[in-house]
Order: sequence, then structure tokens, then C-alpha cells
Amino acid sequence: MMRNTAVRGSKNIAANILMYAALSIVAFIQLFPLYWMFTFSLKSNSEIFGRNPLGLPRQWLWSNYSDAFLGGNVGRYFLNSVIVTGVTIILTVIMSVMASYALTRMIFKIRKQMNSFFLLGLTVPLHSALLPIFIMLRNLKMVNSYWALIIPYTAFAIPMAILIFSGFMASLPKELEEAACIDGCSIYRIFFSIILPLMKPSIATVIIFTFLQAWNELMFAVVFISDVKYKTLTVGIQSLAGQYTTDWGPIGAGLMVATIPTLIIYAFMSKKVQDSLAVGAVKG
Amino acid sequence: MDKVLSNKKAIIFFLFPASVMFIAIIIIPIIMSFYYSLQDWSGFGKGTFIGFSNYKGLISDSIFVKAAVNSLILAVASVFIQLPISLFLALVLSKGVRFEKGFVTIYFIPVIISTVVIGQLWMKIYNYDYGILNIILRSIGLETWAQEWLGDPRRALGATFIPILWQYIGYHMLLMYAGIKSISTDVFEAAVIDGSSWWNTSLKITIPMLKPVLNVSVIFAVTGALKVFDLVYVLTGGGPAHASEVIGTYMVSTIFKGNQYGYGSAMAIFVILECFVLSILVGFLFREREGE
Repeated sequence: MMRNTAVRGSKNIAANILMYAALSIVAFIQLFPLYWMFTFSLKSNSEIFGRNPLGLPRQWLWSNYSDAFLGGNVGRYFLNSVIVTGVTIILTVIMSVMASYALTRMIFKIRKQMNSFFLLGLTVPLHSALLPIFIMLRNLKMVNSYWALIIPYTAFAIPMAILIFSGFMASLPKELEEAACIDGCSIYRIFFSIILPLMKPSIATVIIFTFLQAWNELMFAVVFISDVKYKTLTVGIQSLAGQYTTDWGPIGAGLMVATIPTLIIYAFMSKKVQDSLAVGAVKG
Repeated sequence: MDKVLSNKKAIIFFLFPASVMFIAIIIIPIIMSFYYSLQDWSGFGKGTFIGFSNYKGLISDSIFVKAAVNSLILAVASVFIQLPISLFLALVLSKGVRFEKGFVTIYFIPVIISTVVIGQLWMKIYNYDYGILNIILRSIGLETWAQEWLGDPRRALGATFIPILWQYIGYHMLLMYAGIKSISTDVFEAAVIDGSSWWNTSLKITIPMLKPVLNVSVIFAVTGALKVFDLVYVLTGGGPAHASEVIGTYMVSTIFKGNQYGYGSAMAIFVILECFVLSILVGFLFREREGE
């Protein structure tokens, strides 16, 4: 928009150099820790602690990864994270897209109030529910199970998912539904075979958002899960770090394993990932 | 059409699952938290009703006051250190630099990475003997600056907050960047024709027009700071000697290590109220300014 400012003489060239230097320094600060994590995940202690703390590994020590998987249980944690996150995503999408349909299209008295009621959930901090959910789980003998995480993760993802779905649904034309209605389609048919396929772009947004929330969540996971069998990556890595205090390689490998899925998703859909996290702010 | 859309059975069918989840896992627990906060309860057996004593206890609990103050310090640091950096980056990037999209993509990366990973990584960065921070300081001759960053009560708070601020710079940058991009380009073109410099345009036009986004950013930064738990828990657990304690970590240790369920619940309610009050206050301040 102000591209012509660039051609205003040497003063601007200097300013430009300064600007790119500043941008690059910030980029360096944002990326360097991650680069460093990658390098020490493949180094031996003697490289990390002495000869070569900053450079690329001289000897690529893949055994750190096998140590993390075999000795540190990272495979188990990874699988648990996949299960918990996967089921959370499926439940969140189904429940929220259904609720959004009723909240944006259907006609009933308390629709507006219901909508604001769900949006209220966006502002609730996890803290406020931590202990009561723990007590519920304890009474139901569900502490240390996948459901102990899946249920609260889903509940806390629903408000944002409804916000995203409702916004998208409101932008869909009503003509298709009206035509289907004239043809005698039932409301369920209209929803499942007309609305649902049209919702695909927003479903992707909700999937990404829910993935990031569930994959990275710590507070619930720390409190509700103590059994190694059900630990997800976030709690698991905490145990891994406790287990390998002086051996940084396997810890680095564990950190990489927890991060790689997120980075892969980001590499392929960076715009979508950014949008899914910004949507709450733009509308809220 | 309207008849089909007012089908009561269908409405209940569509709303039921989400409503049950939402009410059982979010709404009822908030009410329960408040109920617990009025009791003296160790978590087992029955608690005794003690009215608002737990809340009075919070005020005279020096650790809680410290945790609350620390959370507020983080809120202030977010608003006055993190957000200006984010705003500066957003302003520079949105004026159309080369690799604009690339920079946006890079700055956003820490936002999506798990806080546990970030925390473990920064623990290593801060390590006294082998962390890159001290290694770099030593290599440029600032030997005496190398510190026990997380283990020293005088530095733990700052050292804990830096990764938190670092991680979300990209988040606020993105919100602001998207906000600037949505402002009509006509406005900027008019400013350029009038001979306004970029700096002047930013100050007089862009920032004032960005107010709604800044309002959201400030609310997110403040409430995020009050709710912070993950990175503090991973980096220091609130220590040493409660130096980096925040309400989140103190609440969890009060409940699950100290078995003071009622007292810890009072902290949970405190956080909800604090977030609520400060959000309204921030909104109010932004509206006041608009009136000027």
C-alpha cells in the first residue's frame, strides 16, 4: 500500500536495511530455540555439553529417538495423544455442527439466549472447572482413563467450535434448504446431505483449532492422569524430563516427537492454522 | 419451510449432545467451585460450611497475594512489552515488505507449539552450565552475566515470564496484522498523497483505526496472564521459594498437594472474577478514549 516510500533516496535505503535487519533478528529469535532443540535431539551429551553446543550434530545420534521411544515410553504417550485428540475432534465436530444448525437456522423461542449461553463458555478459564471435574471423575472412577481427558476437552472446545460453525453457516444461502424442503426432504436429510457437505471448510478450521487445544493441553492432563498407560505427550514429556535429567538427547527427541505433527500440519496449512486461532479474536 | 424448521424434536436432537456436555462440564463445575469455596474441605468426607472465610483467608495469605501480584506483573508486561513488539511487527509487515507472508508464518510458529515443549526447551536454554543463554554470554565475554536464571529467587520471575511473552508475540502480531489488512487501502493511499510518512500514518491513522483489534488483544493478554499456568508449572513450579508463583500454580498445589479443596476453589472463583472485572475495565478504558 505504500510501496512508493521505498524509492525515496538513500535515507530510505538505510531505513529499509534497518527494517529488514530488525525483522530478521525477530525471526531468528523465534526460530533459534527450535533449531537448537532439533540439534540437541540428535547429539550425544559430549557434543551438547562441550565440543559443539550450537552447531548441527557432527554425528547424527538417532539412538536418542529409540531411547525416548523404548526407554522413555514416548510411543505410548504419542498413541495416547492421538487417541485423546482424535476422539475429542470427532465429538467436538459432530456435537457443535449439530448445535450450530439449530442455533442458526431453526426456529424456537430461546434461540438467541442459547447462543449467548454457549458463547459465555469462551471466557471461562479452565481453572474454574478443574477441581469439580476431578471430583466428578473420581466419583465415577474415571480418573486415569481416556475419557477423563476427552470429555473435558470436548466440552471446552464446543463454544469456539459453535462460534466458528455458526459464523460459517450464517453465510450459506438458504435456497438449497428451501428447495429440498419443497421436495419433501426431512430436516435430518437436509442437515446431513445438504448442510454438512457445505460445511467442509469450517470443519477443517474447527479440526485444527481443536487439535491444537487438545494436543497441547497440560493442566487437566497433569491432574487427571497419573497412570503411565494413559499419559498423553504433555504429561509424558514431563515424566521423560524427570527420568533423563542429565541426558538431554532423549528429552530433545521427545520434544521433537511432540512437535513434529503440529509442524507438519502448519507446513501444509499455515494460513488455515493462523485463521483458526485468530477467529475467536476477530468475532469475540 | 418454517414448519420444518420449528420441529421441536429435531431442535432437541440437534442441541442435546452439545448442551449436555456444556452444562455438565462447564456450567455445573463453576457453580460447584463456588459452592466448594464456601467450605472448609480436605477433599474427603464432608466439608464444613464456613461462609466467605476462605476469601478472607486469601487476602491475608502472603503467598497468594504474591501470586496475584506476579500474575498482574505478567499482565502489565504483556500489555507494555509484548503488545508493542507485536504492534510494531504488524505495522512493518503490513506496509508490504518482501517475504511478508514468510515472516508472518515464522513469527507464528511458537504459538502453535505445546507449552510443555516450550517450557522444557527454555529450561535447557536457561541451564547454568550448558544452556545457550549462558554459553552465548560467556562467548561474548560477559562471563559475569551468566546466571542461575531459574534457580535464583531474584531472577526466576523474569526468567519465567520471558518465554511466555516470547511465545505469544506472534499471536498478537497476527491479530493486528489481519486487522490492518482489513482497513481499506484508500485510507493509506490518501495519506501517502498528502505526504504523510509511514511513521506518521501509523501513529495518526493505522493505530487509531486498529482500536477494536487492540482492545481484543489487550483483553486476551490480560486474561491470558491472569490464567497462566503451563509455562510456570513446567519451568519453576512457582519456585524457588514462591518467587515465580502465579495463581494457577498456587491453586493446583493448594488443592492437590495441600488438600485444601475449599480454599483452592476460592482461588478459582477469584480468577474468574478477576478476568471478568479486568475485561470490563479494559473495554471501558478503550471506549473512554474513543470519546475524547
